[in-house]
Amino acid sequence: MSLLNVVGFGLKVGHLLLMLCYWIVSVISMNWFINSGIMDSKTGLLSNSGKMWLRCWEKISGNSCKIQHNYSQYFGSKSVPKEWWRKLLITWVFGWTIVSLWILWYMSSQATEKRKESLASMCDERARMLQDQFNVSMNHIQAMSIMISIFHHGKNPSAIDQRTFARYTERTAFERPLTSGVAYAVRVLHSEREQFEKQQGWTIKRMDTLEQNPVHEDDYAPEALEPSPIQEEYAPVIFAQDTISHVVSLDMLSGKEDRENVLSARASGKGVLTAPFRLLKTNRLGVILTFAVYKTDLPSNATPNERIQATDGYLGGVFDIESLVEKLLQQLASKQTILVNVYDTTNHPISMYGSNVLDDGLQHVSALNFGDPFRKHEMRCRFKQKPPWPWLAITTSIGILVIALLVGYIFHATVNRIAKVEDDCQKMTELKKQAEAADVAKSQFLATVSHEIRTPMNGVLGMLDMLMDTDLDVTQQDYVRTAQDSGKALVSLINEVLDQAKIESGRLELEAVQFDLRAILDDVLSLFSGKTPGKGVELAVYISDRVPEMLIGDAGRFRQIITNLMGNSIKFTEKGHIFVTVHLVEEVIGSIEVETESLSKSTLSGFPVADRQRSWEGFRTFSQEGSTCPLSSPSSDLINLIVSVEDTGVGIPIEAQSRVFTPFMQVGPSISRTHGGTGIGLSISKCLVGLMKGEIGFVSIPKIGSTFTFTAVFTNGSPHPNDYKNLPINNQSKSTSSEFQGMRALVVDPRPVRAKVSRYHIQRLGIRVEVVPDLNQGFANISSGNTVIDMVLVEQEVWDQESVKKSDSRIPPKLFLLANPIGSSRISDATPGDYTPPVIMKPLRASMLSASLQRAMGVGNKGNPRNGELPGFSLRNLLLGRKILIVDDNLVNLRVAAGALKKYGAEVVCADSGKKAISLLKPPHRFDACFMDIQMPEIDGFEATRRIRDMEHSFNNLIQHGEVSVEAPQNISNLHVPILAMTADVIQATHEQSLKCGMDGYVSKPFEAQQLYREVSLFFQSASNGNI
Amino acid sequence: MEVGQMQSRLADYTKSLFMEGILDAQFLQLQQLQDESNPDFVVEVVSLFFDDSEKLLNDIARALDQQCVDFKKIDAHVHQLKGSSSSVGAQRVKNACVAFRNFCEEQNAEESRRCLQQVKQEYYLVKNKLETLFTLEQQIVAAGGSVPMIELSF
Repeated sequence: MSLLNVVGFGLKVGHLLLMLCYWIVSVISMNWFINSGIMDSKTGLLSNSGKMWLRCWEKISGNSCKIQHNYSQYFGSKSVPKEWWRKLLITWVFGWTIVSLWILWYMSSQATEKRKESLASMCDERARMLQDQFNVSMNHIQAMSIMISIFHHGKNPSAIDQRTFARYTERTAFERPLTSGVAYAVRVLHSEREQFEKQQGWTIKRMDTLEQNPVHEDDYAPEALEPSPIQEEYAPVIFAQDTISHVVSLDMLSGKEDRENVLSARASGKGVLTAPFRLLKTNRLGVILTFAVYKTDLPSNATPNERIQATDGYLGGVFDIESLVEKLLQQLASKQTILVNVYDTTNHPISMYGSNVLDDGLQHVSALNFGDPFRKHEMRCRFKQKPPWPWLAITTSIGILVIALLVGYIFHATVNRIAKVEDDCQKMTELKKQAEAADVAKSQFLATVSHEIRTPMNGVLGMLDMLMDTDLDVTQQDYVRTAQDSGKALVSLINEVLDQAKIESGRLELEAVQFDLRAILDDVLSLFSGKTPGKGVELAVYISDRVPEMLIGDAGRFRQIITNLMGNSIKFTEKGHIFVTVHLVEEVIGSIEVETESLSKSTLSGFPVADRQRSWEGFRTFSQEGSTCPLSSPSSDLINLIVSVEDTGVGIPIEAQSRVFTPFMQVGPSISRTHGGTGIGLSISKCLVGLMKGEIGFVSIPKIGSTFTFTAVFTNGSPHPNDYKNLPINNQSKSTSSEFQGMRALVVDPRPVRAKVSRYHIQRLGIRVEVVPDLNQGFANISSGNTVIDMVLVEQEVWDQESVKKSDSRIPPKLFLLANPIGSSRISDATPGDYTPPVIMKPLRASMLSASLQRAMGVGNKGNPRNGELPGFSLRNLLLGRKILIVDDNLVNLRVAAGALKKYGAEVVCADSGKKAISLLKPPHRFDACFMDIQMPEIDGFEATRRIRDMEHSFNNLIQHGEVSVEAPQNISNLHVPILAMTADVIQATHEQSLKCGMDGYVSKPFEAQQLYREVSLFFQSASNGNI
Repeated sequence: MEVGQMQSRLADYTKSLFMEGILDAQFLQLQQLQDESNPDFVVEVVSLFFDDSEKLLNDIARALDQQCVDFKKIDAHVHQLKGSSSSVGAQRVKNACVAFRNFCEEQNAEESRRCLQQVKQEYYLVKNKLETLFTLEQQIVAAGGSVPMIELSF
């Protein structure tokens, strides 16, 4: 059961975890649904997969139902193999591993997406700002170009010289935050070169050499530069901001980058950018923005040729990209988190800003528009730090995996547990089988042993039977009867061992037969009286008058209980008394106060005893009846007896009192050595009392004694159930003898309890009893002459020679002494010649008492029928004139059996084989019975019986159909000849087999009169009643 | 010899048979079955027992001499012998038969032969004793006395 509980608990926990998993999954999937709403671009796909999830969810919850269903199936049929569980488990673990991996991937991709977004927005922001600032500078430069066209070229002489320009640009530098310097170069044709050089005071110098050999700022000497070679036209710088004043007089067309720039600027009329290059002097990366300055206002749709013709000069601004971007980034927050690179990607990417880190991690590219349609720029951003570990995703997925594994483990453990329990169960079944086999062997052994003991005991008992047949006097008869009873008690002891086995297997059932309780107690008493001589223990029985004479119940079992209790008492009692009392339960309840006087004076032998009252304190019947129905209605047919056995023995040690009723338990190992016994008596008694619907209890005081009390329920067996209250004395005496009817007796006894016992026994003989406490008063009573006293019974201890002598003249007709066996020796030691009245030995019992009185008073004759006569005589009655078939292959046995049966007057026919027996018993025949040996060659007893029964069966059928006229004298419609097995072994199995084959019983070989009588009487009884 | 003397001798002799365990209570029962209607019952049964046993012993001896011993057959014979000996109360023959049957079960030829000798010995012993007993009884009857019923007094 506890295993089942464990399994159930496991299932519960598993289910709980399963629910938890579902909850987590549902939360995640709901999260996903929310997300799917946000992500517009993937709505279609996601809603699809959402539906899929819903379907999955339904499936899973359906599965959970199925799993539970499977469980119930599993426990119901056990047919699901273990392999199935293993596969399920692996699938479970595998499936959840995949799910958790998917969650990991999903959640981390979410994080990456978010990161990418934030990078993009940051990058775009930076790019836009850079672009804006650049545009501001560019616009200003364009404005400056217009100013030059107005004030330098529009006026003659020019309103601007180098100095003015430098000052102006210096002061308006804040307007162009991205430029480090501005310069203006004028267009000079070759024809005008000389005039121009003269006017300016310097020659036009070429730039390309400078580009090839870049020099440091400090060494820079413009004078060292070579004059420009002869070209078609020149573009010497005339004005420059102070920061780049070194470029004055350099021919812009001679620099490769600058030339392209200048040419495209004047053709397009827009600001044109160079590719990034190292700036002169500062050696930093920069670009130059060039605007063309035209002579006249050109229309917006002017052709490039017109524009070239109209060109006056070129205004260039130097952008120090590197420092500018840095300045810009410093203005922005979170500059630490991202790295920014700016590239010119017109032909191939040229880095304009940023360290050239090779990192193929996450990066975002934003396009930059600096207003030059021919050039493309872009900004590339990436995070400085590597992306952090997606801890949330990892923990979530690991959590789910752990839960799934736990659930899996629980499943696994449960399945293993179930398998283990099944294995254990199988083992247990095997062990149980073994134990049962051992039990069978044990009972076989017990049967064998008991048989072995019974056989010699039967011999003893048989011989005693025969002894009873001889002419014995009363005392001898009593001896023999006691011996016989003792022998029977020994047999019953063997039965006791068998009983214990029976009780253990619950096969014990009680009989319900009529019996005389008083006779049984007399028997028990006489059985034990032989065991007490020399001990000086007084045995006594008292049965209340209200107990009916005849009861219906299991006499044997009742006797067994009494015998057990008394046997125990006798074992442990050295002096004092053993006193059995029988009352009705109602009686005891009614007189509870009267009984409580447990003074030492009032006990049987004068020794103190344990309080009887306390032995039944715990009884259920008492508490119930005491409260609800104090006196059960006498009309009820059930007789509730309470029996106490009181002794003055050593008592039971208090520590051992709790296990008194446990089988095979004795107070200590030494006890069994000194007193013997198996120790099962009390446990059997307890079971039997339980079967009789009673209770057993005891009280014991060490060194004072024990009192065992039990109750038992019987049915009233007396013809008038209501008569027992004023039970006529005549009724009882019928069983013994009636010759004392109407006599009067005087009992002289100072102890009321003992006197009560004596009176009870004497009354049973039909004698009316008076009790007086001492001798003198007794004689006084007699002398008063009111009543005629036929006999006086004097308790031995108050016997006083002198007082008798004093009243010698008035000695009543008969004087008896009541003496204990031990006391008798003292009497015989008395001086011869003194008058010694006849002694009646205790324990008193009806038969003994009546015999003694008969002998002394010469009343009546030997009226006792001889017990041994009964079987022989009755057998003759039963068997006379019967025709009996004896079947045995052994001629000697055949002859002996025939002789035995012939002796009882039977007409015997012999057959020496089963075949012959079958032919002889072919109906119709005249045999009354058949004794059949079992072990015979060819056809054995079983087989022969079976065939005979078959023949009888078919014959009976024929008769019933009227096909055969019946001329058999026993005009019976159902022919069934009694067949008794003759066998040497009396094993139960043989007996059972013989019954199975249609035999009616069995007798042991060689014949025993008692057994033969018992078996034969079973089926000849009714026949003889009918015939004779 | 006086009849009374013969009677007491018979009683003593019978008693000795019981004391030595040659006979048991069954023999007494057998004697009790004998009455006026069946005066020679005991002699009849015992001689039947002799014939039967003689035959059985021969059969057993023959069976034991065979090349391959049929213990089943021997066991059946011994069982027969045991039955009849217990019927007449020949206790020691019966006990020997019980031992014999154990060896039959074990199929022990060697021990079986020994047992056969044992049984034979017991058989001849009881045969001798009983024959003597019957002779004594006949003498008593011839002398005009009656055979006393023996009471079991031990």
